[in-house]
Amino acid sequence: MTDAIALEHVYAEIAGQIVLEDISLDVHEREFYAIIGPNGGGKTTLIKLMLGLIQPKSGAVKVLGGTPGENRRKLGYVPQFHTFDFHYPITLQEMVLSGRLGNKARIFTRYTKEDRRITEEVLLTLGIADLSERVLSALSGGERQRAIIARALVSEPLILLLDEPTVYVDAPAEQQFYAILNSLKEKMAVVLVTHDIGVVSDYATKVACLNRRLYTHDSGEITEEMLTSAYQCPVELIAHGVPHRVLRKHDQDVP
Amino acid sequence: MMISIMAFEFFRNALLAGLLASITCGIIGTYVVVKKMVALSGGVSHAAFGGIGLGYFAGIDPILGAIGFSLASALGMGMISLRAKQHLDTLIGAIWAIGMAIGILFISLTPGYAPDLFSFLFGNILLVPVSDLLIMAVLAAMILLVVIACYQVFLAVTFDEEYAMVLDIPVEVITLLLLSLVALTVVMLIRIVGIILVIALLTLPAAISREYCSRLKNMMVLSVITGILVTTGGIFLSYFLNVPSGATIILIAAGMYGLVLIERALRKRHHPAPGAGNT
Repeated sequence: MTDAIALEHVYAEIAGQIVLEDISLDVHEREFYAIIGPNGGGKTTLIKLMLGLIQPKSGAVKVLGGTPGENRRKLGYVPQFHTFDFHYPITLQEMVLSGRLGNKARIFTRYTKEDRRITEEVLLTLGIADLSERVLSALSGGERQRAIIARALVSEPLILLLDEPTVYVDAPAEQQFYAILNSLKEKMAVVLVTHDIGVVSDYATKVACLNRRLYTHDSGEITEEMLTSAYQCPVELIAHGVPHRVLRKHDQDVP
Repeated sequence: MMISIMAFEFFRNALLAGLLASITCGIIGTYVVVKKMVALSGGVSHAAFGGIGLGYFAGIDPILGAIGFSLASALGMGMISLRAKQHLDTLIGAIWAIGMAIGILFISLTPGYAPDLFSFLFGNILLVPVSDLLIMAVLAAMILLVVIACYQVFLAVTFDEEYAMVLDIPVEVITLLLLSLVALTVVMLIRIVGIILVIALLTLPAAISREYCSRLKNMMVLSVITGILVTTGGIFLSYFLNVPSGATIILIAAGMYGLVLIERALRKRHHPAPGAGNT
């Protein structure tokens, strides 16, 4: 069985600065892989490498056994919230439907009944079907966030990549949001990057920390060592408020 | 009096030119406004002056020169903006001035007096010859066809370039195609309002309709209607008041935009838009 995503000794540069160093990781089918790390730690760069939007300086990136460019249509992508122009005159339905464009003719494009059925289904799952005729600018932050996720899901991807998806989701909606992601795990591999370690709850099957280098642990848990290496500051600071089960050892003081 | 001026061929031509220009600038202007290409379009229109100067100097139709220069500058800026966004602003300023400088240089090198120079700079819709009307009609039909064919792809690319790449849409080709349409539209509008005022006719109708539309399609239709109202009004007013047509058209559009902004501000104060208070 080929891995959903495999990175081997990947280095990446942005504007001459090394942002990722010697990254190796495997994402398997039906895995929920969470990567946490501080802002500027290279999380978005890692996602863009998987999408083939940027090329590694060295090392290999494989998606479903091929190059990211070859298999891009099998990926769903949830970009960061702030990259959007929410004042663009587009309705929620139009935006989500555009996620179906990957496998369609480029000129005289028409959406089929099938496209509309899948879109309707995804909108229902995410609880925003009644908003489909609304213009994007008239949606709340949480609704916009779900619209962005819906667009990624309508292409029926084999792998879903999410970049900081919970920034604009409030606490009660967040639990619901993770429950949805958890149910997706049955159908696809999920890779989620975030700076907020509080959100990586019991749903993730694998966790890694990223700050230029990737710190992994075989179990689904975050260890103190991983956090200390990734954040390079006393763990207690960031561990504050984190559910107890997330950290394996809690009794030892970190110097 | 209304009927008597309609009997003049030049007047009918002017109205027809206004109509054709409104169709293209309503559609392309919509993209210019939502994709924030206003400054780039200004650069393209001023670069076109270089082509007009070259046309005079080489003894060819200045409009052909304008088409060449505006296409080249639009594609050049597009290529650079796809690769290095941070320098685009400076580049637009440079292209803007370089185009004008080339035009001035060529015109000063051309012996004798440049006959239509003033109308290229400030436009004169009442002097549009039939041959230009034909060119405009062909351009308008071409632009319309391309936009109908590529509507969904243009929507995806102008809304979210990065996601369009993930969808395997050839973003670079599509962006350059759209920029070529902008360049052709600019050339078309030069006859109507002149190089200096093109940018206003391209953006004001779209900016007005944006305030009332939730879909790109609707925004295009409303922009076209607004454009027709503005150009037709401007043609009549400038004829009866005996003032320059280009400037009249622009000031009517600007006046409408001002009213729209005031109306929106008042409405927001009384009834906040749905969702506006969230996030």
